[in-house]
Amino acid sequence: MSDEPRVYPPDTGWKDLAPGGIVPQAGNAECYSVAGWRLVHPVRDNEACIDCLFCWLYCPDSAILQEGGSVKGKPIDMVHCKGCGVCAAVCPKECIKMVPESEAAEQGQTG
Amino acid sequence: MGKLIPMEGNQAVAEAMRQINPDVVAAYPITPSTEAVQIFARFVADGLVDTNYVAVESEHSAMSACIAASLAGARVMNVTAAQGLALMWEMLYIAASMRTPVVLSVANRALSGNINIHCDHSDAMGARDAGWIQLWGENVQEAYDNLIQAVVIGERRDVRLPVMNNYDGFLVSHSYELMELEEDAAVREFVGEPVYVRPMLDVSNPYTVGALDLWDFYHEHKRGQWEAYGPAKQAVVEVGQAFGERFGRYYGLLDPYYLDDADLVIVALGSTAGTIKDVVEQRRERGEKAGLLKIRCFRPFPLEEVADALSSAKAVAVMDRAAGFGSGWGTVYPEILTALYHKGLVLPTVDYIYGLGGRMILPEEIHQVYDELAQVAAAGGTAEPLRWLGVRV
Repeated sequence: MSDEPRVYPPDTGWKDLAPGGIVPQAGNAECYSVAGWRLVHPVRDNEACIDCLFCWLYCPDSAILQEGGSVKGKPIDMVHCKGCGVCAAVCPKECIKMVPESEAAEQGQTG
Repeated sequence: MGKLIPMEGNQAVAEAMRQINPDVVAAYPITPSTEAVQIFARFVADGLVDTNYVAVESEHSAMSACIAASLAGARVMNVTAAQGLALMWEMLYIAASMRTPVVLSVANRALSGNINIHCDHSDAMGARDAGWIQLWGENVQEAYDNLIQAVVIGERRDVRLPVMNNYDGFLVSHSYELMELEEDAAVREFVGEPVYVRPMLDVSNPYTVGALDLWDFYHEHKRGQWEAYGPAKQAVVEVGQAFGERFGRYYGLLDPYYLDDADLVIVALGSTAGTIKDVVEQRRERGEKAGLLKIRCFRPFPLEEVADALSSAKAVAVMDRAAGFGSGWGTVYPEILTALYHKGLVLPTVDYIYGLGGRMILPEEIHQVYDELAQVAAAGGTAEPLRWLGVRV
């Protein structure tokens, strides 16, 4: 029902949860961060990218963001990227590299 | 008015199901419960009910289908026994966790191995902590009455839990007894229209069930589920009272027999309680203060009520028709001790493991229990609190 929470804050007590372990409203996967699952981080070489959109199409978490039919130079949604590497695997130009999260952090590319 | 007719337990269960007219029955046949679904399938084929009867390929699928149908908004029933219940195991927990008021009748039967098709309580006792309400019937009438009440108890808004209607395999499932079959309209009126809470097929109010639930929320969800068993116990009492007012047969959490002034008390559930009642009368004729405490509702366990009921006993014997392997006891005995302990009651107790795999339990053996209990009471205790009854040595 619409007055029920779409997302339970992490500090929600047991009395405030709906019975049956349900999430009262649907369509809320976007509210869940999987950044903590990630071990490797996609880094795209935007010079080599040909905007074929394979990465955008194949990403299981819709984390590759596009604008006007182009992903080149656009940010990747690092809240929903879990580092699976599908984008790198399908890239025909091999322009996406999966780098360790620690290296990505050093380069200032945090999620 | 209902009518008195001879019926088998399975037949009575099928008749109750016909009268209740559930939306969905998903079942897989297994001895000794087969006949109940077989008879009910005929009712479906003959158009006597509106039920969507789902023939599934296993009991695991049967319970899965029941849970899904219940979530979709249906009133759901199923019947099984022994290995069938065991195969449903993981789904039993899920039914309770998801708060689906599925009603499952169980013709209690021994678990393999070795392969055995006859009565004991190891099937349902194994599932005692799965989160289901458990009602235990003594005879054909109670299998019928408990099934009707189970629907109302489970569907109550403050309960929303699955209910198991236990009746002894063969001893009740295949025994003809004179019972009162109520009128269809009266039963339908008593169970009322199904209480639909959040039917998943209501597409304008979508929600998520069975989501991944890790260290961050699972603990709180279990705490929330815990809270349902207080109202569940209350529902068993209130529905049993309402059933009595409507049909003349009153039910509660416990069924005491000559208990008020009893010195020697046997605790039992299932059909053996009937045998014990006969023996209690014989012992009373001899002037012995014998009594019976039948547990009708084993889950939620009526802790305070059991302690109160046993508070004036001089010695208590617990009849266990399932062995709690490795625990040192049967499955009911430790619960009785817990109840006594919480009341601060220290009295001589004995646990009897009996009747496994359909081993006959005769009045002579119940007499033996009362004889031994008298000795234990006189001695103020026993060095042998666990005894196997009727076992060859």
